[in-house]
Amino acid sequence: MASLDDLKKRIASVKSTQKITKAMKMVAAAKLRRAQESAERGRPYSEKMNNIILNLSNGISDKENAPKLLSGTGKNKVHLCVVMTSDRGLCGGFNSNIIKKAKSYFSKILNEGKQLKIITVGSKGNDQLKRVYGDKIIENISFKESKNANYFDADKVGRIIIEKFEAGEFDICTIFYNQFKNVITQLPQAQQIIPLNNEEDHNNSDQSYEFEPDEDEILNNLLPKNISTQIFKAMLENSASEQGSRMSAMDNATRNAGEMVDKLTIEYNRSRQAAITKELIEIISGAESL
Amino acid sequence: MSEEFKIEIVNPEKSFLVKEDVLEVVVPAFEGEMGILKDHISIISFLKPGIIKVFSKSGDENYYVEDGIIEFKNNNLSILTSAIFSVTDLDKSKQGDLLKKAEAEASKSEISDQAKYLADQKVEVLRSIN
Repeated sequence: MASLDDLKKRIASVKSTQKITKAMKMVAAAKLRRAQESAERGRPYSEKMNNIILNLSNGISDKENAPKLLSGTGKNKVHLCVVMTSDRGLCGGFNSNIIKKAKSYFSKILNEGKQLKIITVGSKGNDQLKRVYGDKIIENISFKESKNANYFDADKVGRIIIEKFEAGEFDICTIFYNQFKNVITQLPQAQQIIPLNNEEDHNNSDQSYEFEPDEDEILNNLLPKNISTQIFKAMLENSASEQGSRMSAMDNATRNAGEMVDKLTIEYNRSRQAAITKELIEIISGAESL
Repeated sequence: MSEEFKIEIVNPEKSFLVKEDVLEVVVPAFEGEMGILKDHISIISFLKPGIIKVFSKSGDENYYVEDGIIEFKNNNLSILTSAIFSVTDLDKSKQGDLLKKAEAEASKSEISDQAKYLADQKVEVLRSIN
């Protein structure tokens, strides 16, 4: 059994850990609110962008010559995966969930005999992936210095992706991020951005648009922007998810620390009492033997 | 009959402006300025750097945009842009910053013709705001 002094020290250390986790939880809660707001405010833009592209691609007459960003290269050989994670740890399963999702996708691709390239955004993802897939990572981007997700950063990532696409370095691009549902639930998502997935082909708008200049030119202009927009959306969702995840993780940690302090305190009191009893017995049996 | 329609300007961070009582909007479309009134035909176009003029019952407003795309449909005008500033909020220093940036871009030698054209446009519009 640990001595009284050791127990006392442990209680003190658990208590100070509790203080830290509690503070982190509060900070995360405050940041979460802001991140959630900006995620919600950012949604109209990406939705509208999607809508316009949908309308455009429905209106496009010549499917054969559609821009490559929309229709793909026609091949399915090289996959580029953009794994978006956070730059900081201590946020529960946030990063691991993305990585898990990404890894299962990776092994599927590799089993099919396709080539894999990875771009990691955020240092935590890079740390976890470089052990197994180190040779596949072609770029690691990190925005440690920017406080909040901003469009400028997203645009940078978007440009890198488009550059690589135009250089013919990959055929299909998928981004991985956590979608923010609520504080306790974040859903890891795999979203294909090149070529654009038009699964929800609800052709409800028979309305024909007038285009100025023509469709192709608008699409050529718009599609690269859409990539950045999707990435920005992913970044916003990610930052809200990160804070939410951190908040619930720190909440749990604070609670666990409280339980531990209770348990240790009981143990401390018990062993204190045991020591007193022992001393009494010693005194009494000493007196009796006289 | 009312002559009003709805305008919505969004940038990636937030919904920038929503107005329901707009009478006319003039946008710097890529192939020249374009005025939009109620019951305009559905149109999609993109913008070059310039001034968006919004005429509405509750007052006129001007916005400086650097790029963007507009969609007009069912008397809803949506403008998506990544860089927009209200002209009245645009103070001298901010304007100077933007101008400097645009000038630096325009003076680069290795840019494409289109990028050069856009940068020149920016410079021109920013100078004209004064």
